[in-house]
Order: sequence, then C-alpha cells, then structure tokens
Amino acid sequence: MHNPWIKYTVRFTALVLLQVLVLNNINLGGYIHPAVYVLFILLLPVRMNKNLVMLVAFFTGLSIDYFGNTPGLHAGASVLLAFARPGVLSLFFKPIDFGKKEEPGLRKTGWSGFTRYTFVLVLLHHSALFIFETLDFSALHLTLLRILLSSLVSTLGIWW
Amino acid sequence: MYKLLAFLRKHRFFALFLLLEGISFWMLSNTYSYHRSLRFNMVSDFSGTVFEGFSNFTSYFSLKNENEKLLEENARLRNSLSSSFLRTDTSFAFSDSLYLYLPATVVSNSVSKPNNFILLNKGSRHGIEQEMGVISGQGVAGIVIGTSKNYSRVMSVLSRNSRISGRIKKNNQLVNVVWEGGNPRVGLVKDIPSHVRLSQGDTIVTSGNSLIFPAGILIVTVIEQTVSENKDLGTASLAYSTDFNSLQHVYLIKNKMKPEQDSLVNEYVK
Repeated sequence: MHNPWIKYTVRFTALVLLQVLVLNNINLGGYIHPAVYVLFILLLPVRMNKNLVMLVAFFTGLSIDYFGNTPGLHAGASVLLAFARPGVLSLFFKPIDFGKKEEPGLRKTGWSGFTRYTFVLVLLHHSALFIFETLDFSALHLTLLRILLSSLVSTLGIWW
Repeated sequence: MYKLLAFLRKHRFFALFLLLEGISFWMLSNTYSYHRSLRFNMVSDFSGTVFEGFSNFTSYFSLKNENEKLLEENARLRNSLSSSFLRTDTSFAFSDSLYLYLPATVVSNSVSKPNNFILLNKGSRHGIEQEMGVISGQGVAGIVIGTSKNYSRVMSVLSRNSRISGRIKKNNQLVNVVWEGGNPRVGLVKDIPSHVRLSQGDTIVTSGNSLIFPAGILIVTVIEQTVSENKDLGTASLAYSTDFNSLQHVYLIKNKMKPEQDSLVNEYVK
C-alpha cells in the first residue's frame, strides 16, 4: 500500500469498526474497557503537522462517539492525547531521526521504545476517558483501577 | 485586535486544543441529564445500518435461546387472551386499546458503561417517538430518547439518568427504581419509608404514573433491604427481570392518550 490515503483510510475504518462492533462490547470483570482505536492517532507520521494531527484525533474520537452515543467523550480524550503527543515523542525519540512521512511504528522504534510511548499516551487518554465518563470522585479508586487495567490491556492489544 | 490575532497565531496549537476540548465538553455536558439527552443525541440511519449488518450476523449464535424466550412469552400471552377465560360477565368489554405494542429488534446494546443505550431497528417511519416505553418479554427495558427515519435510540434502564416510577406490588407503595452503575443485573431503590419491610422475592412493577409504561409491568424483584438506623428512608438492592446482556427482541409501547394527558399535566404545571 504505497498510497498513504488508501492506507490511512483502511486503517481508520478497520480500527473504528473493531472498536465499536467488538471492543465496545467487551467488559472484562467490569474494569477493563480496551480502547485500541487510539493506535490510529499514535501511528500518524512523527513529523506530520501537529495541528492537523489534533484535528484528525478529534474526528477519530468523534467517530467512536457517534456509534456509542457518547458525544464529546472520546473526542475530548483523543484531543488531549494529540496535544501531549509531540512532547512524549521528543521525550522518547529524536524526531529528527524520522523521515518526512515515517511513523513511530514498532519496526522503527524497537519494542521497548514503542511500549513506553504507547503506554504513556494510552494512560493519559484512558484517564481522561474514565474520569469524564463517570464524573464521580467518590469511587475514584475504582476509576483509577479501571484506568490502569484498561491501559495495560489496550497497550497489549495495540502491541499485538 | 491585531495583537490578539498575533497571539493566537503564535499559540495556535494551544488555542486549537482549547477550542476542540471546548466543543467536546459542550457536547459531553448534554449527556448528564435525561432531559438534555432528549434534545441532543447522536442517532442516525448510518450507524444503525452498520450495527444492524453486524447484528444480523451475530444473532445467529443465540437463535435457540431467543426462540425459547419467545415461546414462553407466547404461552403467557395465550393465557391472557379473553378466550382463555371462562366468561360469566358479558358486560366486560373494551371499546378501544389504550396502549399499542410494536415489536422491534435490538441492533446494538451495551451494559458495561455508566450510561447504556440500546439501538432498535424501528424509527420515526414506523411511528416511533421520543419518550415511548420499551419492554422486553420479561420486563421494563428503557425509554426512547431519539429517533432517525429507520432506527431509534433507547436510554436503557441501565443509565444514571434513568428513574423508573414503580410500585411495590404487595403494598402499593410508590418508589423510584434507579441504577448506579456496576452490576447490570442489580438496581436500587433509595427512598423506601422505614415502616415498609421488603423481603427477598417481592416484586416491584411499573406504577403507571409516568404515562410511559402501562401499570403493572414487572421491573425488578427484591434481593435485600438495608435499613439504616439514623435515616428514615431505607434502600434496597433489586434484581432486574430483564436480562440486558442477552436482549434481542423488545416491544415499544405507544400510549394513545399521551398527548391529551400531557396537555392536562402541563396546564397544571404552568
């Protein structure tokens, strides 16, 4: 797949469908809601315009919201992820090492770098997601547990 | 003005971040109450079509189970036909039905979120409107909050915004059945007067006060009542009669007198 438009359209459709049709129905032990669609935002080229990344993230989150009737929830969490992405990228990698259209993929970064990069951003995304979903700080320890477990599973899922 | 523009230009990444988060929060704020979600919800034929395609495929796996449920319900309905009763009083007759039941199939459903929604394959084209009740063969399931042409979105009983007006069957006390997240089989009643004692297995049915559900439809059975010493009102945990996890066939309830009843209520509220 040399044409980036086809590649990203296919990846976007596949991840959104996987998320809304399969993963949204998964609920392991009441605490684990994996959100693997963020992989789409994570894998955008490192040197892509960050404003554009943010708009893409907003639209991706909104697509998930549209199917789950959670207006604004995933969109907000994804925008936060996109906002933090440039900082996290330069924390773990040297952006200058990447080609103009190169992605921070597993092959380029090696798995320890990729896992760290993924886990930090997924943790941030899930924190926003679960806190705004419940907006109930009386059960904060449960929310924190959900954040941690779901982030681990999502990272594993993305890894796989 | 020029300075402001220059500032925004310089910090446009941050400005865009604030703008997009602002839009997200505005949309999100509409999901925190029942009345707001009536005004603002994302329902359209496109998502319905996607879910229906997938559900057509997955529903094959539970056909046997569904057939058994339908058979049970048919048997119960046959028992309530007027011809199954020995008629001694011939003056007993209905001139017209008050409630109309429309069958629908679930195309998407969730039970694990703080607010759960059910998508049904009937929409405005089939006469579905907001605030129509939804029941399964076993009991209450939810309330319609939005419709598109061919689909309707139902706020499941499993939602923080859901309050179903119920009546304890054995003593006619009015209570509100709510759900506070967590286990999709367990609901709560928070405002039981202290003199009312509930025991395991007592049933709570719809009160008929809400104009959405007819009176007497099963909602929950009592699991246990917790009585606190210092409060006048006790709480009870309840088991829903509907199994939301395996929900596939439901009925939408149209109250034919609702416009008339609503206008009467509104007149007094004003």
